[in-house]
Amino acid sequence: MSTLSTTPVRVEEGAARAVPLATRLHAWAATVDHKRLGIMYVLAGLVFFVIGGIEASIMRAQLARPGNDLVSPEVFNQLFTMHGTTMVFLVGMPILLGMGNYLIPLMIGARDMAFPRLNAFGFWLFLFGGLLLYFSYIGAQGLYGTAVAPDVGWFAYAPLTDRTFSRGNSTDYWILGIMVSGFGSIATGLNLVVTTLCMRCKGMTLMRMPLMAWMMLIVGVLVLTALGPLTAAQVMLLFDRNLGAHFFDPQEGGSAILWQHFFWFFGHPEVYILILPAFGFVSEIVPTFSRKVIFGYPLMVAATVAIGFISLSVWAHHMFAVGMGPALNAFFSAMTFMIAVPTGIKIFNWIGTMWGGRIRFASPMLFATGFVAMFVIGGLTGIMLAMVPFDWQVSDSYFVVGHFHYVLFGGTVFAIFGAIHYWYPKAFGRMLNETIAKWSFWLLFAGFNLTFFPMHISGLLGMPRRIYTFQPDRGLELWNLLSSSGVPLQAIGVTLIVWNLVRSLRKGAIAGNDPWDAWTLEWATTSPPPEHNFDTAPTVGSRRPLWDLKHPEDPDGRYE
Amino acid sequence: MRHFSRSLSVVNAALILLFASRLSASTPPRLAPDAISEICDPSTGLPMPTIPTMFDPASPPAADIETLSWLLLAICAAIFVVVQGALVHAILKYRAAKTAGDGEGEPRQVYGSNPVELAWTVIPVVIVFVLTLTSVRLIREIERTSPPENALKVVVIGHQWWWEYRYPDYGIVTANELVVPAGRPIWLELHSADVNHSWWVPQLAGKTDCIPGHPNNLWFEAERAGVFLGQCAEYCGTQHANMLLRVEAREVDGPLGFDAWVANQQQPPVDDETMRRGKEVFLAFACQSCHDIAGVSDGAFGPNLTHLMSRATIGAGVAPLDRDTLRQWIDDPQTLKPGCNMPSLKLDDAQLDAVVDYLASLR
Repeated sequence: MSTLSTTPVRVEEGAARAVPLATRLHAWAATVDHKRLGIMYVLAGLVFFVIGGIEASIMRAQLARPGNDLVSPEVFNQLFTMHGTTMVFLVGMPILLGMGNYLIPLMIGARDMAFPRLNAFGFWLFLFGGLLLYFSYIGAQGLYGTAVAPDVGWFAYAPLTDRTFSRGNSTDYWILGIMVSGFGSIATGLNLVVTTLCMRCKGMTLMRMPLMAWMMLIVGVLVLTALGPLTAAQVMLLFDRNLGAHFFDPQEGGSAILWQHFFWFFGHPEVYILILPAFGFVSEIVPTFSRKVIFGYPLMVAATVAIGFISLSVWAHHMFAVGMGPALNAFFSAMTFMIAVPTGIKIFNWIGTMWGGRIRFASPMLFATGFVAMFVIGGLTGIMLAMVPFDWQVSDSYFVVGHFHYVLFGGTVFAIFGAIHYWYPKAFGRMLNETIAKWSFWLLFAGFNLTFFPMHISGLLGMPRRIYTFQPDRGLELWNLLSSSGVPLQAIGVTLIVWNLVRSLRKGAIAGNDPWDAWTLEWATTSPPPEHNFDTAPTVGSRRPLWDLKHPEDPDGRYE
Repeated sequence: MRHFSRSLSVVNAALILLFASRLSASTPPRLAPDAISEICDPSTGLPMPTIPTMFDPASPPAADIETLSWLLLAICAAIFVVVQGALVHAILKYRAAKTAGDGEGEPRQVYGSNPVELAWTVIPVVIVFVLTLTSVRLIREIERTSPPENALKVVVIGHQWWWEYRYPDYGIVTANELVVPAGRPIWLELHSADVNHSWWVPQLAGKTDCIPGHPNNLWFEAERAGVFLGQCAEYCGTQHANMLLRVEAREVDGPLGFDAWVANQQQPPVDDETMRRGKEVFLAFACQSCHDIAGVSDGAFGPNLTHLMSRATIGAGVAPLDRDTLRQWIDDPQTLKPGCNMPSLKLDDAQLDAVVDYLASLR
């Protein structure tokens, strides 16, 4: 049935060493290889992740007690603006799109992405967009002097971004940095869609693609749908600020709410852009380590597509306090509840996959299981927030901060770390150290919950988000102190992960082609794969080509 | 199934009790007496403000939301227990170490199950359908498009970083502290003079944004006399954190009642001859171009000072209002509220004392 080539291709290591550094760097800078671009995406994303984490740590130190004056309000406002912007645009998107970049051609048996040069273009746009944003710390002027980062919040609500209230050009750095990196994301989104639709190897029908490939296909569609409106809005804002237009300026007949609709029409699909790839990682990791086929593949695909559609009509649940009127509030409430159903299906199917399996808790599985447990909490608080009257109380409070960190940190970031531990052996040919990996998981897990669970309570007690200090005697002291005290644990956890990634490059055990005994196509080639990925174009006969190879007496195709 | 649902409701009840006792334990009912004299004007005679949480409601919309919250918490807690329970069960029961004795090879491959998958699609659909109906019902109940009967209308205008309150029925303009009669519905009309703000006093109602060019409404009815705290809930710039809210719900009658307050606010400002020097300073410097004192100046950029000393706090709640904080504030507002829009006028000591004396006389 299957004619997969699994002959290992030896990479001549000695030869690579002899090449001078400048030549090797040039090879990376000029590469159009999806694997190298993917690695650079993840690397750049991890650097930004550390920067964003430092910003968050300073904020938590400031909020450890009421009336603290570690940083001024101006600095604090820049910190949360940069933290949010960094984590969404310069960490989440590039790492997830980068992993997609690395893995999708390998998973579907292609030689590269559909448009390799567009792919490289997208990466460099993202990187330079990010650097442009951070250059504001050196070059921008703002309301309170020079060398200031943007301080308008990551959703940059009009009219605070108007020239009247945000003088200088720090806000322009935010607009341009994100816009440039957004163009890069659009390029990558397009590439993902075309690659998954057109580049699949022989025998790989859509319904035989790994779930990860399905998720990235939908993510690509969402990127193409959602990034456009954001870019359009940013162009309008740029016109408002620099060319005297009044799209979002209520004093001159513009509409402040229009910005919110534009922003969240991007912003909510964006949340799914950030979580669907994580779903994809978990959908690959859980079956491998449970030693079972994914439970209910067709329903998982259907749920993914449903999430893609519904996620385009839930954006205004960020705006229940804006005064949209009962009809719109009811509509967006209903749609938001509805999206909980396909999301729930995924969680049930992962647990269903684990059920009856023979689960090995290697580090990727630890992170994946942590993801499921934390994401359930984030999902449930999400259901609570869809209840409009409840949202009127907790919207824009720390309850929301707790909620989305359970989704994006406990969810996405845990899944990313799981994926890094899972595919690192494929990308570098070496295993990560399991002991360090387990320590980093448990430290991160404990620190994460210590920091973010108390935020729900601060919010219920009436603490709004984005405040540089809080009042004493409002019952907030304990919960904020707890939140801050989780930070060192997380910092150590992340440091351990970074250390593990670096030291295993040289010291890790040799991985071999298929260290986890997995079933998807990327494990059929060498680790690291050759530039052309596969020596002979693979042909597959089922969703788990390597299962078929390993169990010729009981191939998968029989049950699909 | 019946047995299952009964045991589920028991779990529910237990969780509600658990959460309820934890929350009430974390919300001491009253502040310490020392704190009282610092943040509350004893002349109001009102009970001290409590922790401004949505779980201590004092108004119908807030009470409705509180009841709803417990239902929501119970449903989500039940789902949490079921899902995490299943996950933990799978983790404990199906670990490789435990199942290793089952023999060689892979475990049985289960590709899916239509009845099971149908069940965990349909059950969530039913749950979210019920939740949607509840949501819609309560939206209609709370979000009014016209004022309640006999409501007192107050216009709220958010400014960077303070609140302006106008009572069109009484011709009163004041700032930062909303004084209302207890037991009468209040109909707020929310505006903004500059950027987006959000008016949030959790014990009275959910938040509603103040958006320039998009007036909103919000209603509440304080069921008991008291002081209710809150703060701006939409990021509005540098001093968003110190844009605090304070609502005094007073009894209608009595020397400290709402009617007496209205009568006082409607008086022209105190015009004490001995304070002439301070009034001259006020008019000679930039004070008058931002601040309104009825009959004296008509600035509209900062808070109205006609009856300044009838308020308990200064700087939208950053400090209790007394002669010392007033002097510090006028000397250099940036020490109390860094980044706020009022500059230091660099008054010398004599000018400062005179203008503080004058403003402190505006009862």
